[in-house]
Amino acid sequence: MTETAARYTATDAHYKLPDVAGYADVPHEVKAQLFEQVKGDFRFGDYLYGCYECGICVAVCPSAKFYDFSPRRIAQAAARQDVELIYQQMQEDIWECSQCFSCLRCPRGNNPGGIVTIMREVAVNNGLASAKQALVGYSRIIYKIMSTGTQVSPDMLRSDAFPDWGPETADVADNLELWRRALPAETMHTTSAGWSVADRTLVELYLIWLETGALDMIAEVDSSLYSILQELMEERLEEEGIEL
Amino acid sequence: MTIPIEALRRNKAAAPVAGRRSLADPRAELLALERQGELIVQKIDREAVSVQTKYGREKRIQKAHLWHHKSCGQCGHIPGYSTSIFWVMRKLGYDYHDPEDQTSCTAWNYYASATSNSAAQAAVAVRNFAAAYESGYFPLIHCGTSYGHYKEVREELIGHPELRAQVRDIMAKLGKPLVLPEEIVHYSEWFHALRDEIAAKQVRDVSGIVVTVHPACHYYKLVEGDAIYDPDIYGGQRTAVVTGLAEALGAEVRSYSTWFDCCGFGFRHILVQRDFTRSFATLRKIEVMKEEANPDVVLTHDTGCVTTLDKSQFAARAHGRNVGLAVLSEAQFAALAMGAHPYRVCGLHWHSADYRPLLEKMGIDWEQAWAEFQGDLRRLESGEKRYLDWDDVDG
Repeated sequence: MTETAARYTATDAHYKLPDVAGYADVPHEVKAQLFEQVKGDFRFGDYLYGCYECGICVAVCPSAKFYDFSPRRIAQAAARQDVELIYQQMQEDIWECSQCFSCLRCPRGNNPGGIVTIMREVAVNNGLASAKQALVGYSRIIYKIMSTGTQVSPDMLRSDAFPDWGPETADVADNLELWRRALPAETMHTTSAGWSVADRTLVELYLIWLETGALDMIAEVDSSLYSILQELMEERLEEEGIEL
Repeated sequence: MTIPIEALRRNKAAAPVAGRRSLADPRAELLALERQGELIVQKIDREAVSVQTKYGREKRIQKAHLWHHKSCGQCGHIPGYSTSIFWVMRKLGYDYHDPEDQTSCTAWNYYASATSNSAAQAAVAVRNFAAAYESGYFPLIHCGTSYGHYKEVREELIGHPELRAQVRDIMAKLGKPLVLPEEIVHYSEWFHALRDEIAAKQVRDVSGIVVTVHPACHYYKLVEGDAIYDPDIYGGQRTAVVTGLAEALGAEVRSYSTWFDCCGFGFRHILVQRDFTRSFATLRKIEVMKEEANPDVVLTHDTGCVTTLDKSQFAARAHGRNVGLAVLSEAQFAALAMGAHPYRVCGLHWHSADYRPLLEKMGIDWEQAWAEFQGDLRRLESGEKRYLDWDDVDG
C-alpha cells in the first residue's frame, strides 16, 4: 500500500483510492502547495467563514441535483484545510459547478462558488489534468474572447456545433451575413465578433492580458493556442509601438 | 482533522470588509475612496428615477444619455434582444451611445474556464468604465453576468488596496483613469424604473397573456444588495424587475415553485457539456412552469437565461417531454407591446422555441410580418441598400 493510500484508509472513507480515482496521485506536499495557492488568493478570506451544516447551499445548487457535487463539501474541505480532499475536488468536482452563485444564500456568508472559482484558477495555473480535460473543445472560445474582445460570435452558430438547438440554428448559419446586415444597429453588422470593436480597444485588451499574466495561464492548458495568441498580441502591440 | 477556528478568526480579522457586504453602501464607499484620491466616480448627471434595493438602499437610474455596454451573447446569438433595448429607448426619446470602444466583460469565459484572474477581470471592467467616462455617457449594462461580475469587481476594488494599485498601474499604461460609476445599472433596472413610461406607449393589449418570470442568478444572487426589490411586488420577497414591467403592461404573471432555480446555463456547460444544461432547463424550469402555471411565454432578463431556456427545448421534444414554450427577454416583450416588428426589431427568427402562438395571441400576424422582412432582405440582396437602419425597422 502506498503512503497516500494508507493515509486515505486511515482517515476518511470518502476519499477515493488512487487506483480508482481516475487521475494521477501526487505527493501530499504537492497537494499542500496547491492549497496554499488557493488560500493565498486575496479573495479566499472574503469567501469563507465556517459552516453551520445547514445544507442550504446544497438545496439550491443546480449541479448538486445533477452531479455528485456538493458546495457544502467544498466549503468544509477548505475550512478544514483538508488538502487531500481539496486535491480530489480540484481533479473532479470543481468543473461541475455552474457558477450561478445560488450558494451565496449561505446564512454564514460563505461563497462556495467563489472558492470553486479560485480552485479552478489554481488548477489552470498548474496545468492539472482536470483543467485540460474540462477545456477540451473550448479552445476556440478562449481564442475568440481573448483576440476579438467578444465571446460568442454569430459565426459560431452552426448546426454541427449545436445540433441539439434545432433547425433554426442552420437557418441562422445559412443566412448569417444577410441577416446581420438586416440589424439596424451599426455596430452589429459583424459575423466573426458580437459587435464591431475598435482596433485601439483590442490593443488595450491585449495589453491587459499580457500585463496581468492571463495569457500565460493559457500556456498551462493549451500550448498551441498560447503560441497563436502570443504571436497575435505581441505583433499587434509592436505595430502600435508599445513595449512590454 | 478539526476545524481550525483560530485560522478562520484570523481570516475574518484580516478581511475587514468581509461578512455581510450586502448591507454595505458601495456608493458611499466609492465616494469616500474618491475623496482620498484613490479613484474617480462617474456621477449620475441627468434626470434619474429612484428605486429601492433589497435592503432598502436608494438607487438612482439615469434615464437618458446612456453608454450601452453590450452583451456578447445577445449581440452574437440573439441580436433581437439588444435591438429591442435600443428600440425602446429610442421610442421613449432618450439619447444613448452604442460604443465600439467596448469589449465584453469576458466573465462568461472566466466563469466557464477560469483562464483569467482577478486583476485581468478588474482591468477589463475598469477599461470599459473608463471608456464610458471619457464619452460622458453613463454606463448601462445589457448582460446579467456583466452586471453581476462588475459588482464583484467593485467589491474587490473597494476592499483590496493592492488590487486598486495594480489596476491603476495598468490603466496608466492605457492612458486611462481608475474610474467606477456611481451605480452599476442593469438594463432591466432601466426598464423597471421606466415601466410606466413604457406602458404609456403601449399599442398592443397583452392582458390575455400569461407570463412566468425567470429571475437571473447573476442579477440578484451575486452581490445581492444592488438588486431592485419592491414591497408591492411579491411582497418584496423576490426581485421586482421583469415582473414589475410585465404587470405594468397588463400581462398576468403566474408563479411557479422552482422560481429560485438557476436556468442551467453553467457557463462551460452550455458550450461543452449541454446534457446538464438541457436537462436542468427542461426538467426544473420549462416543465415545471408549464405544469404549474401554463404560461404563454417565459420572460427573463439575461443573455444566458434566454439562450438556455430557448435553445434547450428542441432536444427534449425528442424525448416526449412537456416543453414548447416561447422564451423572450422582457425587453423584447415590451417592444412587441409598444408595436415593434417581431423580426426587424425583436429578431425572433434567431430563436428556437416556437414563439408564433404567442404572437397570434398578441394579435400579431407573424406571416405578414415575415413576408415584410423577406422584402427587406430582397432589398439588401439587390443592392438597393447595404444595411437596414432604424428608419427601415419602423417602415
